Amino acid sequence: MAEFRVCPDSGFYFHKSAESLMKVNAVVGIVALLVAGLLALGVVLTRWQEVHWLPADTFYMVLTAHGINALIFWIIFFEMAVLHFASSTLLRCRIATPKWAWAGFFLMLIGAVMNNVAVFSGASSVMMTSYVPMQAEPHFYLGIILFAVGALIQVFVFFGTLVVAQQEKTYDGSVPLVTFGAITAAIIAVFTIASGAIILIPTFLWSIGYVSHIDAEMYRVIWWGLGHSSQQINVAAHISIWYLVAGVLFGARPMSEKVSRFAFLLYIFFLQLASAHHILVDPGISTEWKIFNTSYAMYLAVLASMIHGLTIPGAIEVAQRGKGYTKGLFEWLRKAPWGNPVWSGVAISVVTFGFIGGITGVVMGTEQINLIIHNTIYVPAHFHATVVTGTTLTFMAITYLLIPVLFRRQLFLPWVAKMQPYVFGGGMTILILFMLGAGTMGVSRRHWDMDFAGAAMAFEYPAIAYTLMAVGAIGGVLGVVGGGMFLAVAVGSLLFGKKLEPSAGILESFAGKPLAASVYNIDKPEVLAMAPKLKEEHHKGFEAPGTFILAMLLLVTFVVYYFINWKYLASVWPLG
Amino acid sequence: MSDQKNNDEEERISGWQSLIDNPFLLLFIGVAMPTVFYIVWGIMEIVNVPVAP
Ligand code: HEM
Ligand SMILES: [Cu+2]
Repeated sequence: MAEFRVCPDSGFYFHKSAESLMKVNAVVGIVALLVAGLLALGVVLTRWQEVHWLPADTFYMVLTAHGINALIFWIIFFEMAVLHFASSTLLRCRIATPKWAWAGFFLMLIGAVMNNVAVFSGASSVMMTSYVPMQAEPHFYLGIILFAVGALIQVFVFFGTLVVAQQEKTYDGSVPLVTFGAITAAIIAVFTIASGAIILIPTFLWSIGYVSHIDAEMYRVIWWGLGHSSQQINVAAHISIWYLVAGVLFGARPMSEKVSRFAFLLYIFFLQLASAHHILVDPGISTEWKIFNTSYAMYLAVLASMIHGLTIPGAIEVAQRGKGYTKGLFEWLRKAPWGNPVWSGVAISVVTFGFIGGITGVVMGTEQINLIIHNTIYVPAHFHATVVTGTTLTFMAITYLLIPVLFRRQLFLPWVAKMQPYVFGGGMTILILFMLGAGTMGVSRRHWDMDFAGAAMAFEYPAIAYTLMAVGAIGGVLGVVGGGMFLAVAVGSLLFGKKLEPSAGILESFAGKPLAASVYNIDKPEVLAMAPKLKEEHHKGFEAPGTFILAMLLLVTFVVYYFINWKYLASVWPLG
Repeated sequence: MSDQKNNDEEERISGWQSLIDNPFLLLFIGVAMPTVFYIVWGIMEIVNVPVAP
């Protein structure tokens, strides 16, 4: 029975059951993003002190729901779609145990709904970190546990699919680099979910009275095994997508497969240890543990990111130069398809993730300078550069690529799509930069009232801090508009986009119903051949001089910013 | 000389290759590393915090 189709536009193979799973996971993820985006408006319009929209209790409820829906539900649902794509489609094989994958999906769905019900009923405004001894309602924890179990099942279906591909010999040699990146993400996911289970199951039992006490420090350490590592799933996933987009749009091949794989290997070994940067100011934990986990280990992971940051633009540069864009240092970059949201989204993501997210992350992860920004709005600013303009924008970009390929619909409102990465990326960058500034002035994160009206211990922020928060909020509103543009295009395409395949109806798009049976007319996809070995050319100069200059720019920016922060630390403790 | 070098290269690649091509070995390492250095070591630190008198 033929169960595969090949996309006539892209050449990607889709296995019938895998395709349905990709669709439903992506669609539910996008719904979670919609919820999170609406809530973001409440968050920024409250943190903008002159507007100060929501009352305190609503603000904390909304902020809890914003964090969980965006960071956990949107991203992880979407990642499940990415995993199925990177295994079944890229390896051209059937998905292992699709029934289990569906069970996992439904558990995730039930968990996500249950958690949202708990949060919106108002008695679980414990923030996404849900630090004990704050207590949420039992179904808050149970929802997250079910979600995590469901995700774990889908991750194991991914590993099972790798085995299927290997046994049925659907590819030659090693798995493609993008799949290797997805394997990295899946491995990190297993540790992430295991940490979550270790701490959240006892916490759930505590919330229903079976366990009398959860140690607050124990909770923090193990919870961040979940909280931070899940961000590393995102990094591995979105970097894999960068490689994919470089290949699809430019025909770019990694400058060295071996080096890129080595960089992913460094992630597998070291990236998760960086969870310790959340514990830098916690008493009771030794400096040895902190330094080992955040410095020696983390810098190896940072090195890996630098490798990806160099090799992806480098590969694109080489490919573009091969097409004749050789003038000067940057013609290859100027002539990139800036009107194509798949490219502009990825490009903005690479730059903001590297320059803003990367640099602020290394700064914050340094024990001493962490002290000047710990728990300030600088922290959300940093991770909006990683997880929003980094991961989220990349996922948006790949959605534009997948709507025709996976959903068989043309993009609805293509001119909106064309502007969307600029509006979203631009707005969020404003929000991020100004919140970084405000954080440096000490403005707290997760704080309803900058005025401390009626507080026993008040603090007066300089007037400039208010201005920074206000400008940041305007950027945030622009970001929400950009998010709305994405949703209009994505959902609009599934509803009204021109059908590229007559049977691509509403149920096919939203409920994962397979296309007409006749579309699946391939029994066994052609075996995926190993990419031919790159010619060992010995160049006199560096093959990608433009990328080299950009990398140097990043390094200089980093060094200057690092220096400024140490200087600032010295002035906080009047040392010089 | 150059033959020797080529052989070494191949040897090295095959060891590395078998690591890279084995997702379950990678899974084991990727879970064991943070479990030992982050979780287990971290818990030992917390357990060793003296109880307040
Ligand atoms: C659409 C535009 C968005 C805007 C304007 C926005 C704005 C904000 C702001 C201002 C905060 C900090 C509030 C505070 O600490 O007082 C915040 C927190 C947060 N945001 Fe966003 N955000 C957006 C999208 C996203 C997305 C897409 C993600 C994840 C993928 C995300 C994840 C988070 C998380 C995890 C928190 C921390 C919540 C906590 O402290 O518990 N945000 N957001
Ligand atoms: Cu972190």
